[in-house]
Amino acid sequence: MEDQSATVLDVANLKTVFNTRDGEVHAVNDVSFHLKPGELLGIVGESGSGKSVTMMSLLKLLPMPPAEIRGGSITFDGRDIRAVSDEELRKIRGGEIGFIFQDPMTSLNPVFTVGFQLMEPLRVHMGMSKKQARARAAELLELVGIPDAPARLKDFPHQFSGGMRQRVMIAIALACDPKVLIADEPTTALDVTIQAQILELVKELRQKLGMAIIWITHDLGVIAEIADRVAVMYAGQIVEHAEVKELFANPQHPYTRALLETLPRMGEARAKRLPSIEGQPPNLDHAPTHCEFAPRCKHAFDRCRVENPQRRDVTPVHDVACFWDTNAGGPIDA
Amino acid sequence: MLDDKKKPLVQVRNLKMHFPIHRGILKRQVGAVKAVDGISFDIFEGETLGLVGESGCGKSTVGRCVLRLYEVTDGSIEIDGTDIATLSGEELRAKRPEMQMIFQDPQASLNPRMTVGSIISEPLDEHRKMTKTEKREKVGELMDAVGLARRFADRYPHEFSGGQRQRIGIARALALNPKFIVCDEPIAALDVSIQAQVVNLLEDLQEKYGLTYLFISHDLSMVRHLATRVAVMYLGRLVELGDSETLYMNPKHPYTQALLSAVPHPDPAQAGNIDRVILEGDVPSPANPPPGCTFSTRCPQAQSICKQDSPEWREIGEGHFAACHFIE
Repeated sequence: MEDQSATVLDVANLKTVFNTRDGEVHAVNDVSFHLKPGELLGIVGESGSGKSVTMMSLLKLLPMPPAEIRGGSITFDGRDIRAVSDEELRKIRGGEIGFIFQDPMTSLNPVFTVGFQLMEPLRVHMGMSKKQARARAAELLELVGIPDAPARLKDFPHQFSGGMRQRVMIAIALACDPKVLIADEPTTALDVTIQAQILELVKELRQKLGMAIIWITHDLGVIAEIADRVAVMYAGQIVEHAEVKELFANPQHPYTRALLETLPRMGEARAKRLPSIEGQPPNLDHAPTHCEFAPRCKHAFDRCRVENPQRRDVTPVHDVACFWDTNAGGPIDA
Repeated sequence: MLDDKKKPLVQVRNLKMHFPIHRGILKRQVGAVKAVDGISFDIFEGETLGLVGESGCGKSTVGRCVLRLYEVTDGSIEIDGTDIATLSGEELRAKRPEMQMIFQDPQASLNPRMTVGSIISEPLDEHRKMTKTEKREKVGELMDAVGLARRFADRYPHEFSGGQRQRIGIARALALNPKFIVCDEPIAALDVSIQAQVVNLLEDLQEKYGLTYLFISHDLSMVRHLATRVAVMYLGRLVELGDSETLYMNPKHPYTQALLSAVPHPDPAQAGNIDRVILEGDVPSPANPPPGCTFSTRCPQAQSICKQDSPEWREIGEGHFAACHFIE
């Protein structure tokens, strides 16, 4: 694909498997992507498509066992993350890579003040004194738009509303000036008016701080608004990947197309009936041996049922894992 | 009002639901959470009324009050000519088959120890005198209607996916041939590709059985697709109500305008040129709502009058209601 020399994060053929009592669950299958400094990569997929597990695998945030990273390489800033010591990994987590979790209610510790939780990474990673950390913490709260920041450092999480708590989470993730920020469904638990506030904030912060962001969501509307590039995940694999405008204007994979069609549009006349994707996502009890979307796909043909499609380039900024050529309306050449 | 042939099936007048706050050793009442504070609306036969608003605005409470799952503080709820707010226990029980509910979380609303068959037939056990064979036949019909294979009747809820569980909940709600169903965020817990399946099913069933829905949701684009008319709620009160097309194309109340503009468009080409109203701050606490118009604390157009007088709920166009001082 594109020039990959200037990537801050490069993931190749990542495989994560959970060993459960009922057998293996192949949550992430051969996922590859890269991230350039300052860009926003959106990852879309339904629940169970492996988007969160992929990101958790990057920083070994999964309980191991049952989780096992079975293969692949993760290069962050020139270092192989899979090989680094626990000590060094701890420095990367929360230091060089920030993480925002979905639920702001449960990811803040209810028994410590917000100030303490903001100062903790500053003191651990940046070696700041208490005084320095407090000043920086107040600065961060101001940055994410919380009024009267110095006084609010003494407040506990329950004294903040949902949107405010998510702002605090963002402030914590930003505390150590990370090179990469991973945001796992950061606005899913919020109302639309609050979501709009957070999206504005993120756009603003990107301009100010220029970090690279991976934004996980199931909401294509949010992706359309903020992402530079998008990867669509289905059953633990990236099935389509393109620049955002290209993906929405010219979707190739039948799953992406169906996802876009099922969305009711606000601005257009009302459709008589919503197009829906029949059937269920597959359970992931085996490594993929065929196209996982084939049972729900209206274009599926024999090859899809015996061979798992690899990602192929459609244009230099667009690749898809499908044997069907949407533009030509027929199977691709074998 | 909208159409002379249409008659209202549900008439809600001045509905209030205040939950008392008790404090101290004697548990004295020190205040009340005004979850629903004086709202009125009609639902016509065969239509879908969408009820939208942010979390905490009281929309689910309205849904529960309308079925009298709460004892309401004040107001009347007339369903098909009977005021259910004042019915006695036995009369209410006889009325229950006509009105049913589909819940948000299909995981929590199905008893994990009952088979699907017994979950769907439980309303029949309670309200109908049927033999075992008749019941089994009826359960089979209901499962057909919602698109579940009959052979699943002896399975347990955990064996089903989210979308299928929601279908079980819908079959249960249909068991007694209700006229009116309250759908409380029925698709919020489902994935996008499954949401469309359930929404289509709800539409098919409405057509087939002539159902009337109160569809509660925070998903504005889905409500636009499904609803005939839409009511917008903010902090325990209705701020605007109108038919779906008018409301979405030409919202009058500043809150409706802000709410609609906050919905992200799934089209990156447009992303830059949307006129977005970003509201400041958060929803105030319903235990201590601001005086005057409850939206005045966040309203971009608020004047001094808004902070003193509560705006009147009035008709501003044919079948289009709103509560704001500044709408002509």
